[in-house]
Amino acid sequence: MNEVATRPSDARPAGWLSPINRRRLENFRRNRRGWWSFWIFLALFVVTLGAEFIANDRPIIAMYKGELLVPAFINYPEAKFGGFLALTDYRNPLNYEEIEANGWMIWPPIRFSYGTVDSQVPVPFPSPPSWMMTWEENCSGLPMGLEDPLCINGNMHWLGTDGSGRDVLARLIYGFRISILFGLTLTVFSSVIGVAAGAVQGYFGGWTDLIFQRFIEIWTAIPSLYVLLIISSVIAPSFWVLLGILLLFSWVALVGIVRAEFLRGRNFEYIHAARALGVSNATIMLRHLLPNAMVATLTFMPFILSGSVATLTSLDFLGFGLPVGSPSLGELLAQGKNNLQAPWLGITGFVTISVMLTLLVFTGEAVRDAFDPRKTLR
Amino acid sequence: MTEPLLSIRDLHVRFGETEAVKGVSFDVMPGETVALVGESGSGKSVTALSVLKLLPYPAASHPKGEILFKGRDLMKANDAELRQVRGNDISMIFQEPMTSLNPVHTIERQVGEVLAVHRGLRPNAARARTIELLTQVGIPDPQTRLGAYPHQLSGGQRQRVMIAMALANEPDLLIADEPTTALDVTVQAQILTLLRDLQKRLGMAMLFITHDLSIVRKLADRTCVMTRGEIVESGQTRAIFANPGHAYTRHLMAAQPKGGPAPTAGERAIIETKELKVWFPIRRGLLRRTVGYVRAVDDVDITIREGETVAIVGESGSGKSTLGRALLRLVSSEGRIVFLGEDVQRKSWKAMRPLRADMQIVFQDPYGSLSPRMSVGDIVAEGLKVHASGIGAAEREARVIEALKDVGLDPEARHRYPHEFSGGQRQRVAIARAMVLAPKFLVLDEPTSALDVSIQAQIVDLLRDLQAAKGLTYMFISHDLKVVRALANRVVVMKDGKVVEEGAAADIFERPREAYTRALLAAALDLAVVEGART
Repeated sequence: MNEVATRPSDARPAGWLSPINRRRLENFRRNRRGWWSFWIFLALFVVTLGAEFIANDRPIIAMYKGELLVPAFINYPEAKFGGFLALTDYRNPLNYEEIEANGWMIWPPIRFSYGTVDSQVPVPFPSPPSWMMTWEENCSGLPMGLEDPLCINGNMHWLGTDGSGRDVLARLIYGFRISILFGLTLTVFSSVIGVAAGAVQGYFGGWTDLIFQRFIEIWTAIPSLYVLLIISSVIAPSFWVLLGILLLFSWVALVGIVRAEFLRGRNFEYIHAARALGVSNATIMLRHLLPNAMVATLTFMPFILSGSVATLTSLDFLGFGLPVGSPSLGELLAQGKNNLQAPWLGITGFVTISVMLTLLVFTGEAVRDAFDPRKTLR
Repeated sequence: MTEPLLSIRDLHVRFGETEAVKGVSFDVMPGETVALVGESGSGKSVTALSVLKLLPYPAASHPKGEILFKGRDLMKANDAELRQVRGNDISMIFQEPMTSLNPVHTIERQVGEVLAVHRGLRPNAARARTIELLTQVGIPDPQTRLGAYPHQLSGGQRQRVMIAMALANEPDLLIADEPTTALDVTVQAQILTLLRDLQKRLGMAMLFITHDLSIVRKLADRTCVMTRGEIVESGQTRAIFANPGHAYTRHLMAAQPKGGPAPTAGERAIIETKELKVWFPIRRGLLRRTVGYVRAVDDVDITIREGETVAIVGESGSGKSTLGRALLRLVSSEGRIVFLGEDVQRKSWKAMRPLRADMQIVFQDPYGSLSPRMSVGDIVAEGLKVHASGIGAAEREARVIEALKDVGLDPEARHRYPHEFSGGQRQRVAIARAMVLAPKFLVLDEPTSALDVSIQAQIVDLLRDLQAAKGLTYMFISHDLKVVRALANRVVVMKDGKVVEEGAAADIFERPREAYTRALLAAALDLAVVEGART
């Protein structure tokens, strides 16, 4: 029973994932609800990332007098097509017919951007979804009625318009994108700051920890919503300003758990071993301790993401969020509240937000369970 | 022939796909002590736990077998019936006295609970019985101890309380699952004596689970040797020890660390301390005033010369591990530490770094000392990245391979992760991590005490071979005198942070001068209780 001769029986796992991560992936996959939520969410996110190709008031590609144009990305002056404005309105019948006569255009499936005001709707704003009306009604606002070349599906408001005549679906797609991007950016920044702060506190302990902890206690006692309201009434809130303000308060979320993990971990024997080898503090924190804390961090991340999205939405709803005119889900909800006679606004906003948050929470649950060491494969 | 008290017939235990126990059968007669002996993973504890059905069901299952207690099959008993048996007819004591008592309840409440559940005793009656029990298990001054919390008791006293709880209802069978493994040797001997006396007095049967053959020889009437989920040999203890039948039994008995230390060569002092102190302040009150000190290491002068092995022995709390860490400047201390002629006490953490290649440490727990998220190759190479940052990746890999070969591991092991290895193999990895830097001085902090006996012997052989090949100097910290005898040139006995006795290993083992050393030796080597060494 020579122990040296007995080698671990299982073969070296293929691929780049360590066995423990493979087990986690397997656990994650076994949680059907979380697994599907993750993929649906990812699909929605990837699709909305390309929002310009799905909902836009400009053609993606156009051919005009033998010249290939990409209006989706380049602003062409109207002079190019015989007009006089600085920017071309491709939906304008004059320009539309001019380009169609001298070439062709490829339009996105929805011919409105988030800010496009459609003045040719049959009924006053907010107008109901196109499927609630007949074709005749839908096209009655167009100059040539049913005969009009724009009397097509892509030029209809599938989910109606809001109170300013902007297409709800287009705003939804752009709003979803900006919510997720905002949430992700906020999550990444607050995780980086929170993990770093927690790591330093936990690793060094003592006075560093004591002072930092008291600072965080005072900091979290500040009513963040009022600070937000005050700051956003002084500075015009843009995406980055808003992100900065929210970041001021959101980074503390992870400090506690990371600090606890580091406090626990710094007395592990392999940390002593690394110190005995003369490894520097920064390396020990990064290479030996951070992986321990990452489990807790990753577990929390989906929930921080959904929290960030909800915060942005509520600020927008109150009117202290993104600048006026930006596509946002909170603003859509506010419009729904103000236009109870147009239930498609409120219902659309509600369904979108609840689906998005539900997907995130389901994914988060699955991630949490996958990292749970006590969870066994059954 | 009388009816057996407990009769296990063809017991199988499965955990998922793995079969932990494969068809074990044995009997325990009334009043008899049966020992189940085996190394870790042999299924001995699982067998014991299945008697009371304490395994984590449904992860565990019993495909086959029956457990007859007084003729009744416990396997078929329902929960209510099992609760009647547990703690009443059969009680159990566990290995870890630190965690098997609830830290937030007093002793009285915990012992009283057993009495209330099974006997329905009123508080006053329960208190009287509790005092009686505590007296029986040898807790001094039991009246005042009733209100004590577990953390106020020493490890040995806690195990006594556990025994008192187990005996509260005068069980017919006591299952003891490694009850002394976590205790110091002198305490171990006391607890074993206590168990033997109580068993005789109360006439109960005992099923004793252990990996330690010397305990078995002292205590058990009959012995069952288990390995890989099967009983390979069973019979009268004396017969088995006199004439082991199975190859595995012989292997287990031969597995004690053997051989003596290599003779020392050099005269040059590698490390020297003068009045070394490690005091931890005790702070009280709102302002955290220092009201006193825990003197973990107190005025220790030792000199370790080139090529020799100095063993630091002592019981837990004697400050031996702290001394080792203080020498490497891993804990702060006062007094002089001279390493290779250089005073290192005043050096900053940064200035220490170049010296760390020459002084290395191997820790006790091979499960805790290797980062679970790094491959073995990365673990071993880590020191090289600090101390030999100039060498390329290829050279580094070559040195890692050589270090792994030196400790008797397959170089391919560098691509694997620690959890794929057994305890002994992990300890080899930990030794390789230290050896790859070619140190001159190695602190071995109980490197064998978390390992099975047969693996212990292999690690001792490995350490001795490495010392001969590389001219290493060892400081060997251990409470296990058998291992010390096999390895040490000189022995330093520590108690309460002070050096009690110091001298050549042969002198200490043959002619101990101090009473404390004698007590330690007697307890460790013969399991005899020496009066005056009570804790």
